Amino acid sequence: MCDTCGCTITPGNAHLVAAGGPHAHTTDGRATVDVLANLLAENDHMARHNRQKLERHGVLAVNLMSSPGSGKTSLLEATIPAVRDRLAMAVIEGDLATQNDAERIRRLGIPAVQITTGQACHLDAHMVHDALHRIDLESIDLLFIENVGNLVCPASFDLGHHLNVALLSVTEGDDKPAKYPVMFRGADLVLLTKADLLGVIDDFDTARAEAHVRSLANPAPVMPVSTRRADMLRGWLAWLDERMAARQMGLVQRPRIARDSGALAHETLAHVAHV
Amino acid sequence: MHELSIAEGLVAEACRVAAQHRARRIDTVFVKAGALSGVEPPLLQRAFTVARAGTVARDARLLIELGPVEVFCPQCGAVSGAAVNRIVCQACGNWRVEIVSGEELILSRLELSEIGEEREQPCVTPADAP
Repeated sequence: MCDTCGCTITPGNAHLVAAGGPHAHTTDGRATVDVLANLLAENDHMARHNRQKLERHGVLAVNLMSSPGSGKTSLLEATIPAVRDRLAMAVIEGDLATQNDAERIRRLGIPAVQITTGQACHLDAHMVHDALHRIDLESIDLLFIENVGNLVCPASFDLGHHLNVALLSVTEGDDKPAKYPVMFRGADLVLLTKADLLGVIDDFDTARAEAHVRSLANPAPVMPVSTRRADMLRGWLAWLDERMAARQMGLVQRPRIARDSGALAHETLAHVAHV
Repeated sequence: MHELSIAEGLVAEACRVAAQHRARRIDTVFVKAGALSGVEPPLLQRAFTVARAGTVARDARLLIELGPVEVFCPQCGAVSGAAVNRIVCQACGNWRVEIVSGEELILSRLELSEIGEEREQPCVTPADAP
């Protein structure tokens, strides 16, 4: 028996292979089978499970995604002191190697679980599931998941979180949303980080960055932030408070392109087109 | 590189279906990948050759059908094609459009053979192998 791919004949499909069923005998032993199965079904199944678990404990989970070095950990380091009097937090850190980011968070007295992915370029729902077991969800309101620095792969994996935040530092160029459309299309919020440098970086146009996001049919707010200036963090903190208020009101929050409500469920059963 | 994770999911799903149909061999795997799915077909092809090893799909061909991006414009009612980084209505330029297709990433069809022959373990993946 194989647990990985579930190779069992179930009561639901036994009639297909029973004597007289469509698969009992074929003239040449061949069949074409129409399937409608999401290739990420296993991940999405686990993601749904994670989301249910988080919601049972009333935790809002925010997935931070960006290229390496755009300031995800710095944003958290600036956010934690600003909201810790009203929100209890934990952080899941994803990196290929090192515990450095988790240590930076723990220094602030916030529980942090480091996932070292080895060669994997993204977090997936299974990794996050394991990490959730190491967090006391009952004692927190807000969970940040800092994804692996990468503008490509993390966009394809639902983790079971509620909101996607994409960071784009102003040193990277305002056309990043056009270059990495899958990532920026899925963002619920786009933060233009290191915005205190805008005065010296003359080729980054915030309006152009926003226009590129709109060209992805994405209405997400696009806001400049800086961890060095309290006045340039207000918009982000206000957004976070709004989302927390929505959670407390019990509003359903889903990342923009989660397949949660999609038609292609894990439990899809193939049917036979012709034999 | 996330194509390897996706290929592993694909092979697991194909094996599951093959087992339901008591097939000991998967000849062809058909996948529909939308342009917004985040998957590069050549990379998925290469990852598939790794992921299929040791399974009933070990000799299978992978055929990937690329799905274009299509959008519906609630403002003017047009359905039009779109580039991956310019998802706007071709007719009126509105960006508040709904994606009709282009996001899909699905196993759409399998060609199976050696069906119904009495043999244990139709689907062994490397993880199960002793």
